[in-house]
Amino acid sequence: MGLLSLAIWVPIAFGTALLAFGRDENARGVRWVALIGAIASFLVTVPLFTGFQNGTAAMQFVEKASWITRFNVSYHLGIDGFSLWMVLLTSFITVVVVISAWEVITERVNQYMGAFLILSGLMIGVFAALDGILFYVFFEATLIPMYLIIGIWGGPNKIYAAFKFFLYTLLGSLLMLVALIYLYNTSGGSFDILGWHKLKLGSTAQTFLFFAFFAAFAVKVPMWPVHTWLPDVHVEAPTGGSAVLAAIMLKLGAYGFLRFSMPIAPDASHEWAWLMIALSLIAVIYVGLVALVQQDMKKLVAYSSVAHMGFVTLGFFIFNELGVSGGIVQMIAHGFVSGAMFLGIGVLYDRVHSRQIADYGGVVNTMPKFAAFALLFAMANCGLPGTAGFVGEWMVILGAVKANFWIGLAAATALIFGAAYTLWMYKRVYLGPVGNDHVKELSDINAREFLMLSLLAIAVLWMGLYPKPFTDAMDASVVELLRHVAVSKLP
Amino acid sequence: MIDKLSWVAIYPEIVLLVMACIIALVDLSTTSARRTRTYVLTLLTLAVVAVLTGLAANDGKTIYGFGGMVVSDPMGNWLKCFATVALMVTLVYGRPYAADRAMLRGGELFTISMFALLGMFVMISGSNFLLIYLGLELLTLSSYALVALRRDHAVASEAAMKYFVLGAMASGFLLYGLSMMYGATGSLDVNEVFKIIASGKVNHQVLVFGLVFIVAGLAFKVGAAPFHMWVPDVYQGAPTAVTLLIGAAPELAAFAIIIRLLVEGLLPLAFDWQQMLALLAIASLLVGNLAAIAQTNLKRMLAYSTIAQMGFMLLGLVAGVVNGNTYNAQFAYSASMFYIVTYVLTTLASFGIILLLAREGFESEEITDLAGLNQRSPLYAGVMAIAMFSLAGLPPLVGFYAKLAVLQALVASGQALYIGLAVFAVVMSLIGAFYYLRVVKVMYFDAPVTVSTVSAPRDVRTVLSINGLLILVLGIVPGGLMALCAKAIVATLAN
Repeated sequence: MGLLSLAIWVPIAFGTALLAFGRDENARGVRWVALIGAIASFLVTVPLFTGFQNGTAAMQFVEKASWITRFNVSYHLGIDGFSLWMVLLTSFITVVVVISAWEVITERVNQYMGAFLILSGLMIGVFAALDGILFYVFFEATLIPMYLIIGIWGGPNKIYAAFKFFLYTLLGSLLMLVALIYLYNTSGGSFDILGWHKLKLGSTAQTFLFFAFFAAFAVKVPMWPVHTWLPDVHVEAPTGGSAVLAAIMLKLGAYGFLRFSMPIAPDASHEWAWLMIALSLIAVIYVGLVALVQQDMKKLVAYSSVAHMGFVTLGFFIFNELGVSGGIVQMIAHGFVSGAMFLGIGVLYDRVHSRQIADYGGVVNTMPKFAAFALLFAMANCGLPGTAGFVGEWMVILGAVKANFWIGLAAATALIFGAAYTLWMYKRVYLGPVGNDHVKELSDINAREFLMLSLLAIAVLWMGLYPKPFTDAMDASVVELLRHVAVSKLP
Repeated sequence: MIDKLSWVAIYPEIVLLVMACIIALVDLSTTSARRTRTYVLTLLTLAVVAVLTGLAANDGKTIYGFGGMVVSDPMGNWLKCFATVALMVTLVYGRPYAADRAMLRGGELFTISMFALLGMFVMISGSNFLLIYLGLELLTLSSYALVALRRDHAVASEAAMKYFVLGAMASGFLLYGLSMMYGATGSLDVNEVFKIIASGKVNHQVLVFGLVFIVAGLAFKVGAAPFHMWVPDVYQGAPTAVTLLIGAAPELAAFAIIIRLLVEGLLPLAFDWQQMLALLAIASLLVGNLAAIAQTNLKRMLAYSTIAQMGFMLLGLVAGVVNGNTYNAQFAYSASMFYIVTYVLTTLASFGIILLLAREGFESEEITDLAGLNQRSPLYAGVMAIAMFSLAGLPPLVGFYAKLAVLQALVASGQALYIGLAVFAVVMSLIGAFYYLRVVKVMYFDAPVTVSTVSAPRDVRTVLSINGLLILVLGIVPGGLMALCAKAIVATLAN
């Protein structure tokens, strides 16, 4: 079994075992098994990083075996500079999420942990799949554990949110399925994604494919105006669910643009780039303004996620090296930062059982250690230099200015809104005098929470201070993608 | 006309018939309320028959017997094998339920269902219009009796009545259509009819007129809209064990006669019947999916979902012949076959859970009765969730590949109209996902009404777990079953 297979199946095996054997009576054991599983699956992905060859756009750690002969579907895995970091991010966040749920989840612990581990394996599968059907299977299968996570451990309106999440994303994916089948037939019976990249396609076909993929990925990212499910789902989902959703699941959509839309339909991508840029800018500016007026912390961070993901799609569709790499860096950074923001809100929620900003105030007085972490993550969310949030946004803005000054200017204004809503929230929640009795009784974070937030803080600072390993690994893939996209595929 | 091969072709049928009679006699001497002896004998017989048909299917040989009246080919043998296994599973699931409801006072449940299976066998292997019709009647007459098995139960009797009247009408349609074909072609032999029609010497209009009746009759039998009216009432009214009996294995036989009549016999008229099937499929997808949303009764909801699923299956048959060219036929028909086989597998699991939950005097057939099942029994909730996600067509469950195969057949035809149909089907399955998800929601998100755990006899528990696991495993490695269906269809088309 290759490394990538291990990365996919180790967490799934642990997750399934938990589903089969664990009960709430032995919750303690279940938690430890889950942690061991998460750490094991993270350790499995580390050699992917250490053994990764920079400077080549070719797929690495490739595994290929025939899977469904009737449809010529193969179990084909491989990673390049785009997927490497996504895989690592996924296994890393899973460890953090398992730690975050340690004492918080007391009911059906085995199912909770099992769902997250299985979800982790499935998402790694999405990033590693090089076969259309394999990709689709992993992409869709993630819906099942996420649906259950939201529905079982979610808030009061969880059922509405779970359905909205499931049906919205399912509609998009089903249209993508038709596109995949269409590509299978045009390519003469192959689901090989890399083979599809070489396919000559007419302009109608490209447009059709572009919008079918758009349906799937724009909903997942989510881009304005199909983003409305995200705030609803975040508000209802349990802390871990929100963290995984924001940190990784949204990236499945952005990754899809890189792997499918742009290389398979480059002419359509160029033709509709204006639309993508316009929608991205609306996400960045308008949704940023919407975030400003939120009363609920989770909703605020959810809207800020939409705005930050707008940077990602903006970077992709300005078609220059800075923009595309910036978009990917932003994906990783947002994974760390939004994960941390949601986990931080979870820490407060566990204590006060409210996410309303108005219910807090002066938390820094009772929880100084936690407030320090929160400050770091808030700064990263604003894009302060030295943190992860800065690198990606800066690259995207630079790339945008290169392409068109006004787009760059519009994108740059978003930094102001980002700083405004994040800092204002920080001020209202953490600073000032102690707001009420609840806040007065707060206890500072314990060792477990400290560990979980430190892991993320290290990641945020490392990426902010020394982003070279990140950009080095993806560089060749970005150059190759842009070279590919620059050539027309019209027959 | 009758040679050694003729008997080889019908070995399994002979075993089934003889044993059904023997078991009926043995049952006379049984006094046990649970009919253990009859039950074990029946299962043994069915196991033997399943092995026999499976071996015959594995041979891959096509044998014609009795002057071409019956045919034993891989497709037929596989379908027989699956139908037999499905009946075995049905009886395992259904016995505790039937025993609790005094449906085992005689051994009829077992013997009649064996006769129903014999009817399916005759339908599947008939290569003659009349023989296929006889098989169909044997199956449906047995089914009417089974639906009415709880004679003191008003709802079941009403369902039986409705089933009988509408079923008889459907048979009438079919027979009328067949007789017209006979009038036009002068033959009842499937292959003969094919040749005569292909020669183009017969008036097309007469043929199409007969075809309309045949398709209508078939649509009644598979429960495709707008001939679906009996399905919800009968599914809901029949005792659940019998619902499973008439809802699972017979679908395989219905598929077989569609292939025998429409493909093997009337392929030259494909252009005409494909249009009819397309309309039936669209109507079924619409009616089934939209009506299922409004249901609160689980059995009724599953009945509407069956209508929708049949619509999807019919779509596969629609894409077989493109512009008079049959290159797509094997993909399209094997997609439909895969669809129907996996549908039966999934139906067994979902009704198995309903049967399991139905305790004495309490039917547990409202969707809300499943509330909190996950807390009461994670295993059974898991099996039901797997079945529901599979019916919704979500990977990595087998229902996804069934839908994929059908959609692929449609898109591969290259016709804009068929690609449009594929998109329509996709949108409909999104609507379908809503009501399947609701079942999962009730099981996982709602609080349980009772706290009692669900208990089941060991045989039921084992078979149900295997059934659920199979839906998942076939979803992870669907290649084998797909190849099997493709090979079977190719062998059938080659004749």
